[in-house]
Amino acid sequence: MIRVVRRVLVPLALVFAAQGAQAQVRNDSTPRTTGDSALEARTSAVAAQLRCPVCQGLSIQDSPSELAQSMRSLVRDQLAQGKTPDQVKAYFVSKYGEWILLSPAPHGFNLLAYAIPLLIVLGGGALIVLAVRRWTAAAPETPPV
Amino acid sequence: MNWRRAGIAAAFVVPVVYIFSRGMKTDPREIPSPLPGNPAPPFALSVFAPGQPPLQRPIGDTVRLADLKGRVVVLNFWASWCLACRDEHTGLSAVAREYTGKPVQFVGSLYQDTPGNGTQWIAEMGGQSYPSVNDPKALTAIDYGLYGVPETFFIAADGKIARKITGPAPPQVVRHIIDSLLTTSGSQ
Repeated sequence: MIRVVRRVLVPLALVFAAQGAQAQVRNDSTPRTTGDSALEARTSAVAAQLRCPVCQGLSIQDSPSELAQSMRSLVRDQLAQGKTPDQVKAYFVSKYGEWILLSPAPHGFNLLAYAIPLLIVLGGGALIVLAVRRWTAAAPETPPV
Repeated sequence: MNWRRAGIAAAFVVPVVYIFSRGMKTDPREIPSPLPGNPAPPFALSVFAPGQPPLQRPIGDTVRLADLKGRVVVLNFWASWCLACRDEHTGLSAVAREYTGKPVQFVGSLYQDTPGNGTQWIAEMGGQSYPSVNDPKALTAIDYGLYGVPETFFIAADGKIARKITGPAPPQVVRHIIDSLLTTSGSQ
């Protein structure tokens, strides 16, 4: 019994302790905010739509990298200066291209990204309907008892 | 042959093949920059590493892009923690020397780093012929759409970004671009 406790519970306790310490570090490294909750909410909303250039598939809102933090504070500064969210996004698009937007703008070739899932769902639904019709039509009649 | 089935299969397969063939032609790591051909974003940054005579600038001096109009500007973003920056350092420093006396200005811009680390790195690398400036908060880097180091921008005499090199800049390519920009600006 004591062996089981040593082999299982002690490592588990260490893992939980390490995770707690890591969470503490994350909290400590959270960037300071300005205290203007409305501005922070708008900053977060815009930052969540912008891709972090040095990460894999993360927004600058979610990335802890220094560049993402700089970009986030630039978003905050531009919003505080009176720019609209669209103007802030347009600034980043003018520097990085549309690549910087996590969701591509719905025009031109980008429309495929929106159309293909819809087409797949419709096509799949049509296939299911056809298959069900075929199965029900081909079902053998039950012989009389 | 069941033409109806073939048509349905083609309707699904053709778009998928088209999208994959389009994707195979592009480098997923390459971020297309909209900047070449457009006016270079202005900057005014303070020198922390002076460079060497005759290309040196005093520490604390402000390098303004506006003051460099009429010259070809080679703006190289680098950092002391960047391994690839070591590969290009000696070559860039040598090419900058070759263009002494010509209307060409090399500027190094420190990215996500401290001037102390940058100065130490330059000393370890045996010096740098041209000055380097500090870019606190990476605002100039973001203005140039930077996503990593090293990246090198070539700004023509008319103030427009002509070319951009992502990754270590080979000396022969740097020479070729500068020569073509000097020829273009000379013929204007």
